[in-house]
Amino acid sequence: MQPIIQVRGLEKTYASGFQALKGIDLDIRRGEIFALLGPNGAGKTTLISIVCGIVRASAGTVTVDGHDIVTDWRAARSLIGLVPQELTTEAFESVWATVSFSRGLFGKPPNPALIERILRDLSLWEKKDSKVMALSGGMKRRVMIAKALSHEPRILFLDEPTAGVDVELRRGMWEMIGRLRESGVTIILTTHYIEEAEEMADTVGVISGGRIILVEKKAALMEQLGQRQLTLQLQSPLPAIPAELSNYPLTLSADGRELVYRFDSQHEHTGIATLLRRLGDHGIDFTNLRTEESSLEEIFVSLVRERV
Amino acid sequence: MTAAINLHAIKAIYLFELARTWRTLFQSIAGPVISTSLYFIVFGAAIGSRFTAVEGVSYGAFLVPGLVMMSVLTESVSNASFGIYMPRYSGTIYEVLSAPISAFETVVGYVGAAATKSIILGTLILLTARLFVDFSIAHPFWMVAFLVLTSVTFSLLGFILGIWADGWEKLQIVPLLIVTPLAFLGGSFYSISMLPPFWQKVTLFNPVVYLVSGFRWSFYGTADVPVALSLAMTALFLVICLGVVWWIFRTGYKLKN
Repeated sequence: MQPIIQVRGLEKTYASGFQALKGIDLDIRRGEIFALLGPNGAGKTTLISIVCGIVRASAGTVTVDGHDIVTDWRAARSLIGLVPQELTTEAFESVWATVSFSRGLFGKPPNPALIERILRDLSLWEKKDSKVMALSGGMKRRVMIAKALSHEPRILFLDEPTAGVDVELRRGMWEMIGRLRESGVTIILTTHYIEEAEEMADTVGVISGGRIILVEKKAALMEQLGQRQLTLQLQSPLPAIPAELSNYPLTLSADGRELVYRFDSQHEHTGIATLLRRLGDHGIDFTNLRTEESSLEEIFVSLVRERV
Repeated sequence: MTAAINLHAIKAIYLFELARTWRTLFQSIAGPVISTSLYFIVFGAAIGSRFTAVEGVSYGAFLVPGLVMMSVLTESVSNASFGIYMPRYSGTIYEVLSAPISAFETVVGYVGAAATKSIILGTLILLTARLFVDFSIAHPFWMVAFLVLTSVTFSLLGFILGIWADGWEKLQIVPLLIVTPLAFLGGSFYSISMLPPFWQKVTLFNPVVYLVSGFRWSFYGTADVPVALSLAMTALFLVICLGVVWWIFRTGYKLKN
């Protein structure tokens, strides 16, 4: 199936001379949640802004559901809802007025029932007549999401959607994003919270220094790069790793009570069985053992560090 | 299927902007009406009664078209500039830029709302003036035409100003240093034939002279400059403003980096 967003050779150099994007190629599949990860200044917001028509590209093309964003901008833009990173709201307007305004702006006839449903979904219904400036930060963020959803977009861009949102609310937002995905909306989110990508994304893209350095299915990524570790809790502390075991990648905790073994989960022979046998041979008993997978955050940090 | 013109968007912007006017009713309508009334009391009733008639029209009545024009000019500029500067300042402009709406539709929405407000304001001032002085309108059609043309033209100027300004100070400076002096020296309070010959020539460089003169002609049939010239100059100014707006959107000046 044709990707819903296709980016080819996208470059952006700002008037200041700063090159924010250095040739981006990216495909985003229909109906997926795509998480764009990257350190500050990597080009996440610039990329989103170009796709949404706020910033002009210096070179390259973008198509949205087959519509070129420059030559066929009207069709392309009607499909997109954008929730920018910064909390920018019409402070003096009521929630209802500002959300209805967005729907009109995107060329849709008024639909109070739909606006009501969106506001209820986002727990904003009670506040529909309040002025936006009277709302809390988390509520303002939800007003911006409501504005983006008001015109029933097929693609939703969320630039750092949960920045400055408390944990409970963040959960609620994740659930809402999950529901949107079920209704067939493609969601592209940028985030600093790796756990957010880990929790929700189908595909993860990593951008750094204006280049896409990796795009991978989240599960595949975690498997591919995933280091596992086996932690053994010892019955009695060890003063040091026995010399006979020195050819194993083992580390001993400071108190000598934990022995950690790193292995590659993709490898056919993980070496666990022989290690445990040899520990038995040497009379090292353990009370407990657990294995852990490295998190997306560790993968991400190691990736970005590698490239720098 | 996307429509060739996004009427819903024009309507959304237009009504949104008018709602802003409604919310700040006192500031945007009552303010200018009250200050114009004060002009009539001071210059029309108090001092004006000592003046002789200008070109066969009592001074109070002579003032009416000039004062209406002056308010319409300054309010068009300030309202339209504020209307577009505010979203740029608060950042909400992102939504307009990312919406499926053309430059033309954006301008129709913002400038249309500002001009509508000026026309309402001009009409209210005329009604208020009727309480103080007796005046007649000789050419109602042209009166309306001048009012609409001026409102649209100066709302466009305000729109340009609102895009050019990158601070509140700049937003104030053009109306304060350019529009207000031009409006005051544009023949609102006097006929330019009352000036010494040298200043009569200088004054012809002031575009407001043509507006006020043409507008006054539509009331009393007398003008400082030929009415066709007034109309031509107003149209020229409109075309210049349209050209600048077209350039702004074509280049993305201060809107898209």
